[in-house]
Amino acid sequence: MPDTKNMTVDLQEDVLDVSLETKSMRLNMGPSHPASHGTVRFNIELDGEVIRSLDVEIGFLHRGFEKSCENSTWTQCLPYTDRLNYVSAMCNNFGFLTAVEKLAGIEIPERAKYIRTIGAELHRICDHLTCVGAMAMELGGFTPFLYAVEARDMLWDRVAELTGARLTTTYGRIGGVNRDLPEGWVQKMKDTLARVAELREDINTLLTHNRIFLERTKGTGKMSAEMAINHGFTGPVLRASGVDYDVRKAHPYWVYDRVEFEVPLGTEGDNYDRYAVRMEEMRQSERIILQCFEQMEPGPILIDDWRYVLPPKNEVYSTIEGVIGHFKHVMEGIKIPAGTVYSYTESPNGELGWYLVSDGSGRPYKVHCRAPGIQLLGGLEDMVVGSLLPDLIPTFDLINMIGGEVEQ
Amino acid sequence: MSEAAVRRLQDRFGEKILRAFSEHGNDVVVVAREDLLEVARFCHDDEELDLKLPTTLTCVDYIDEKPRFELVYVLYSVRKKHRLQIRVRVEEGDPEVPSLTPIYRGLDYWERYCWDMYGIRFTGRTKPLKRLWMWEGFDGHPLRKDFPLRGRTGQIPELDIKDIYRGPGPGPGSEPARRAATPRPSQLPIVK
Repeated sequence: MPDTKNMTVDLQEDVLDVSLETKSMRLNMGPSHPASHGTVRFNIELDGEVIRSLDVEIGFLHRGFEKSCENSTWTQCLPYTDRLNYVSAMCNNFGFLTAVEKLAGIEIPERAKYIRTIGAELHRICDHLTCVGAMAMELGGFTPFLYAVEARDMLWDRVAELTGARLTTTYGRIGGVNRDLPEGWVQKMKDTLARVAELREDINTLLTHNRIFLERTKGTGKMSAEMAINHGFTGPVLRASGVDYDVRKAHPYWVYDRVEFEVPLGTEGDNYDRYAVRMEEMRQSERIILQCFEQMEPGPILIDDWRYVLPPKNEVYSTIEGVIGHFKHVMEGIKIPAGTVYSYTESPNGELGWYLVSDGSGRPYKVHCRAPGIQLLGGLEDMVVGSLLPDLIPTFDLINMIGGEVEQ
Repeated sequence: MSEAAVRRLQDRFGEKILRAFSEHGNDVVVVAREDLLEVARFCHDDEELDLKLPTTLTCVDYIDEKPRFELVYVLYSVRKKHRLQIRVRVEEGDPEVPSLTPIYRGLDYWERYCWDMYGIRFTGRTKPLKRLWMWEGFDGHPLRKDFPLRGRTGQIPELDIKDIYRGPGPGPGSEPARRAATPRPSQLPIVK
């Protein structure tokens, strides 16, 4: 309170010109927070509602993936790879298997390539549905989340008919896939895709021209193309910034050079573009799956080489070669020749890279998974510093950082 | 990646490129630790190479070889669509490497991973070097080959859990009470 008795200067000027010293507030968005997908802890320094600095702390889900892989055989690594990006497990499985097959120098049969493409695109749709649905829910729109989850659930039913599990599939073996498409699955899949398309268009109607959604996502979380490349972004986030890099188009693998699809690009690099890129990628994935169904021919799904593939059971029980082959396979592991390889596929979040080192025994020497989420998380600070705290929510959601792959 | 690009590196740096080879479709260049920063800066700034996207950095522990650790950097060019691996060997007794974060910001988390899991220090970083997955006070570097799979460092006391109090249980004389009378194996105390 100013001392009015001894005041000689103008009261207005003195009181209103007192400079206010503000202190920044440290807010801990702790590991168990509904909006922090996969237990991430943010130490945010706030000035009012403006984020001054963001410190990300991870490690709550670290399960020792690499260490476990070094102590198991090549086939036993496969369930560990499911649990990395657990929302799109088949992409992880097939990426790992592609890397091992590159090391061994084997070429999988045509039908296996088509099945792998179908599986990967199926889980890509599931991952994008999860991302868009969860992001909409955290901005307050609970209905798109329910639509997305219903669509995802139907797709998971189809995945369960194909592989045996809804989420962590462990599908595919070195040399192909272990189970062929069930009978009647193709027609069921077409019906399911039609229904998923309806739900996806419902989400589109609810969100794309929604005033509140536009206000929250347009202009927030901007990242320019040069900064995005310098951070090592890949996937939909990089394409939303306008950079045309999709591993499926740049370095085609499996059957991606035989199917027609487009790669959506954004312009601004903000959250709205990331959302729109993911929605469009879902439509393109559906296109790829339908084309694969038309182009597929009946044929073998595993290569015939018993050094890499389990021999068929009738041989195991009747011939001595089958028994020995089976025994060596199970007890010693598959003898992948010694060497190192870096192999890459396009997972829903970006370029999923695998750096494998083999020493010629049945166990990997080193399995390194280049999770796309790690680079995206590293760039999070640059995306939100200087903007308001609520802008952190759609930015963090649309990065789609999956805790499993970032913390392995 | 084209051989012309690898030859360009060899022309520019000569003896500093210790080995250049191609394995399983990857182009690899081996350099010494002292030349790493210079080579990386050239890869980033050069128009022909244009390796602007840092894909990953990993470390392999060859415990039977000297030098022990091998750092592998993978760089990519979006415009030229080619990839390059740069490998650096690091000694066990002197695990210090110049950091590439001033050039490539995306290697920040991967350098923290190498420090956390293998114990390799990076000098000249733009941000402090913290552990990535293990907590800050953790003692040891888990992915080294001499760290056992079920390694316990004794920092977190592990309690001997006797039994968790589950409540009074079902009413006497009922079928659930009869079933609850014989403990399941998971309800028995853990004998160390």
